[in-house]
Amino acid sequence: MSFLSDPINWIFTGLMSTFQGWGLNPTFATVIADLLGVIVLITLLMVLDIMLVWVERKVVARFQGRLGPNRVGPFGLFQPFPDIIKLVIKEDITPNGADRFVYNLAPILSLGSVLFLWAMVPIASKIYGTDLNVALLYLVAAGALGTLSIIMAGWSSNNKYALLGAFRQVAAMISFEIPMVVALLIPTVLSGSLSMKVISDVQGSGRWFFFLSPLGAVLFLICAIAELGRSPFDLNEGESEIVSGYHIEYTGMKFGLFYAGELLHAFTFGGFLSILFFGGWQGPGADTYPLLGAFYFVVKAMIGYWLIMWVKYTVPRIRIDHMLAFNWKFLTPLSFAMLIVTAVMHSLFQELMKTNYWFYALVMLASNLLVGWVTLEIMRASTRRQRQTVEAPSDLLSKSWPQH
Amino acid sequence: MDASVVIFILSAALIIASALMVVSTRNLIHAALWLIATLFGVAVLYAVLEAGFLAVVQVVVYIGAIAIMFIFAVMLTRKEMRDQGAQVNAAWPMAALLGLLTFGGLWIILSKWDGLAKLPAAIPGGADGTLQQLGIALTSPDAFVLPFEVASVLLLAALIGSVYVAMNKKGS
Repeated sequence: MSFLSDPINWIFTGLMSTFQGWGLNPTFATVIADLLGVIVLITLLMVLDIMLVWVERKVVARFQGRLGPNRVGPFGLFQPFPDIIKLVIKEDITPNGADRFVYNLAPILSLGSVLFLWAMVPIASKIYGTDLNVALLYLVAAGALGTLSIIMAGWSSNNKYALLGAFRQVAAMISFEIPMVVALLIPTVLSGSLSMKVISDVQGSGRWFFFLSPLGAVLFLICAIAELGRSPFDLNEGESEIVSGYHIEYTGMKFGLFYAGELLHAFTFGGFLSILFFGGWQGPGADTYPLLGAFYFVVKAMIGYWLIMWVKYTVPRIRIDHMLAFNWKFLTPLSFAMLIVTAVMHSLFQELMKTNYWFYALVMLASNLLVGWVTLEIMRASTRRQRQTVEAPSDLLSKSWPQH
Repeated sequence: MDASVVIFILSAALIIASALMVVSTRNLIHAALWLIATLFGVAVLYAVLEAGFLAVVQVVVYIGAIAIMFIFAVMLTRKEMRDQGAQVNAAWPMAALLGLLTFGGLWIILSKWDGLAKLPAAIPGGADGTLQQLGIALTSPDAFVLPFEVASVLLLAALIGSVYVAMNKKGS
């Protein structure tokens, strides 16, 4: 066992022999070593989070035809540090009538609900917190805690706008959780497991689930954006309507925690997209060198994060009735149809997968394209009907207006 | 003392303390938040008992759906979310007596039961095995597929019923 083939175990064994050399009891030494691992993982994530501030600001600037931060350090790389110093030295205000305990707990829970997720993310073949056999449900559970933190922030601020933001978030969460869970079931059907580690393990040698179920990946991406509360689903913030909603009353580093949580959450969901549909850490040489796998994972997660930012800075916010109609009348039926088709095709051609993988992949892809085509046809027919009722010539207008 | 015993004592203390707060706090939203702490403690107990699936489902269903529904309903229905009246009525000694008797009865029954002193039997297949067995049991015709489907039809009926009640009837 060397550092390159199994880095975490190598460090763990080294630490254990050091601790036991000091005369510590083995159980206690294990607890300390595990605790150190947790602290190192969270620290790395928070450092990454600082850099994500720069990434986010730079990317939004490019999408909007600006330069973005470019004064502090090369390419403005050190810009996050003045940002953080500013946040830390700002006056900490608690509004009158706020529920102090809940008000202070909400930002911590908001960032915590994102950090919880990393307990079961397989960063590489041998670098992961824990191999949880219900990891996908755990993802949904952590999302529920995030929603709870938004409600707590909205209610405890004693502000109407904040409360409205919290209400909107609950409406969005309750509706988009359904297609999200169903989209999560597609990789489960394909891999036969709810564990993130197994899901990324079975996607070796380019057998990404994206090729088997591209529609599933798109569904998951849309639901992830809604879960994140990012544009076009950022009604819980809605700065033009409810002046940034649930965190309106937060100042300084308390707001900073919400902001850091939001950025890290987006990066995390980029990571989930890569694990569930793009093979996670899989790549050439990643099996033998886990650190290379971690590199592939971060690159894929960044691409996922970039996709989420691309959507955020391109699409304007949609109206709440449109959002709910989009979810209940389009996403939910489509995701259920996708799940049924995927499950039936997978169980029919499961035997084939072992002998002739490429034919199996072709069948799955074709069934996906068929579902997509039928969806487009149904949508086209329903839009045509709507247009006909809107454009039906009334007697008054048909004489004066030219017909197209 | 085993690590699982320490976790059990901590989470049991959390459950009891927060359950007491649920019924004794005067602020309804605080009661709902304490209820969430209670439910979270129960989820920890499930995790200690190697029922990871139940633990996560406890968080998803009870905290993610039911408790948030409670908070939502409380926010929508009452403007003044503070309870003003007395917290106990004249029957409280009777209730306390009944509670003590129930506790005592349970204590006597459980102290006679030898299952408490036994170690749990090893689960075949480990944690993955239980999850698989649960899934097979819920969908196998020999086991629980009928109750499972009946429960889902019941929920569907409730769903359709609520849509019917809330629907805007034409012409009215």
